[in-house]
Amino acid sequence: MNIALFLQMAAEACGDRRALTHEGTHHTYAELYGAAKRAAYRFSTAQCEYVTLIDESSPAVPIALMGAAMAGIPYVPINYRLSDEQIIPLLERIDPAYLILGPKETDHSPEHWVTQSTSEFMSDVFSGDEMEVTWNEDPSAVAVQLFTSGTTGTPKAAILRHEHLVSYILGSVEFMGAGEEEATLVSVPPYHIAGISAVMSSIYACRQIVQLPTFNPFEWLNLCAQEGVTSAFVVPTMLTRIIDELEASDIELSSLSSLASIAYGGGKMPVPVIEQALKLFPNVNFTNAYGLTETSSTITLLGPEDHRTAVDHVDHDDVAVHARLGSVGKPLPSLELEIRDEKGKPLGPWDAGEIYVRGPQVSGEYDGRSVLDDDGWFPTRDAGYLDDHGYLYLSGRADDVIVRGGENMSPGEIEDLLHKHPAITDAAAVGMTSEEWGEVVALAVVKAEGQEITEQEICDHIREHLRSSRVPEVVHFTSELPYNETGKLLRRVVSEWFRIEGD
Amino acid sequence: MLKPGLRLKSAVCEAEIMVIKATEGDDLTCGGVAMAEAPESAEANPDQMDGCLIGKRYVNEAESVEVLCVKSGDGSIYYNGDELMTKDTKKLPSSD
Repeated sequence: MNIALFLQMAAEACGDRRALTHEGTHHTYAELYGAAKRAAYRFSTAQCEYVTLIDESSPAVPIALMGAAMAGIPYVPINYRLSDEQIIPLLERIDPAYLILGPKETDHSPEHWVTQSTSEFMSDVFSGDEMEVTWNEDPSAVAVQLFTSGTTGTPKAAILRHEHLVSYILGSVEFMGAGEEEATLVSVPPYHIAGISAVMSSIYACRQIVQLPTFNPFEWLNLCAQEGVTSAFVVPTMLTRIIDELEASDIELSSLSSLASIAYGGGKMPVPVIEQALKLFPNVNFTNAYGLTETSSTITLLGPEDHRTAVDHVDHDDVAVHARLGSVGKPLPSLELEIRDEKGKPLGPWDAGEIYVRGPQVSGEYDGRSVLDDDGWFPTRDAGYLDDHGYLYLSGRADDVIVRGGENMSPGEIEDLLHKHPAITDAAAVGMTSEEWGEVVALAVVKAEGQEITEQEICDHIREHLRSSRVPEVVHFTSELPYNETGKLLRRVVSEWFRIEGD
Repeated sequence: MLKPGLRLKSAVCEAEIMVIKATEGDDLTCGGVAMAEAPESAEANPDQMDGCLIGKRYVNEAESVEVLCVKSGDGSIYYNGDELMTKDTKKLPSSD
């Protein structure tokens, strides 16, 4: 069991089909397979224990991933936006490595390492003799190691073994399920689990990948039109920017007629944004995917049908169905999911707690240490609840829960309410130390352009719709909230704004 | 002994499979001849030559055995004398 199988099968079944497009250059599955085998040979002979890539998306990404799998070496893509100070400690943890490096310079490349620029690597693997490569089928070998973003402390190395990734793909993707005309636009970075799963699921479906190395909404729309893109995955901030761009520029919606589906995930999607997107793209199928690095990507899905039903109910009294737009949907058929309280007791519908999952795609392992419980359940550290029909709603990280005088509050509850307010574009609720309550709510708010709203009005609005404990002690107005490049709100940074001196 | 991840080839055609699920003492044949990692070519049983297709998953009735066809061939896959049936992957919307 080895993820290299996906590429081997694609090359076997449709070798001449277009596999990859990058900056106008195309590659077939046969070419990609040949390149991966040559890469595997290079990795094997280099006497390295890891393959790492520090660059944006390029054909080197799927080739290094598959080549490393064939060579039986973990593939470790690293965020190219990190500073040298952040990268060097990570490189020290994967010694010795075969390093594929973008334009970024790094001082860390010891003599016993092989260091190549991305372009050098690509020209080496795209030419030369056909290689015969055999690989190890051990399901428990490590396929991918991803460093978590480390928003709290030292980055952890999440371990994904071949069995996890193969289970995920076989359980969710139909081999050669894509038609010859299908193309998916990949704009998520290669060091993100969504970037890894996009490569694997596209290859197994035999769907062409169109790479957009650095996201910008104009380029995204352009590529959609130019390459006849039929599907795409975006994080929430990307969708917001695409919508803004469409409204501001003179790009015709008709030029995007090939676009049939958009999947989104990687952060919480504000309901008004998805509502707007559904109106703007009435013929596009939207899918919300929730997943984690430690679970080999997607664990729950809110499908196109759910989106349409929810929109159809907007004018009806069925509030619950409409609210599903704010849900991340139901677990994949191969997975089990439970909500548990702090003591580990399973909770019923509507009770918020920590999300636990179990299934063959779940690794739940860091640096060789498993965090699965005795029965194989993985505590996601995400908080959420289920409705009566098994739809999952996220309410933030379990660690983000604000505890005011013993009462647990989810920041998401407050933020969701404010996102719907016409005078507010964005909001973040965090806990602030309080002598009286332990913690109280502090709120950072971005006002909508040309709109006015006072602290008092915000407090009144919250008091009116939620419990009075949710009313913030402090409101800070700001021009924007801090997000990382995949659209994750950096709560730690927001919390810093409210840190009391000497705290 | 079959175990998940094991790759087996047909002795009678081009077919290759990967074992996804198996129990002890399993016996897989293709075209009537035992499959192996490196089989010597053999004479097929013409009654067991309906073919197998790349990307399809094959299971027995009890679903105690499951294999993935990774290379198409002319032989049919049998387990302990019973022909394996194709199993459909539940069609899910693409999420990545």
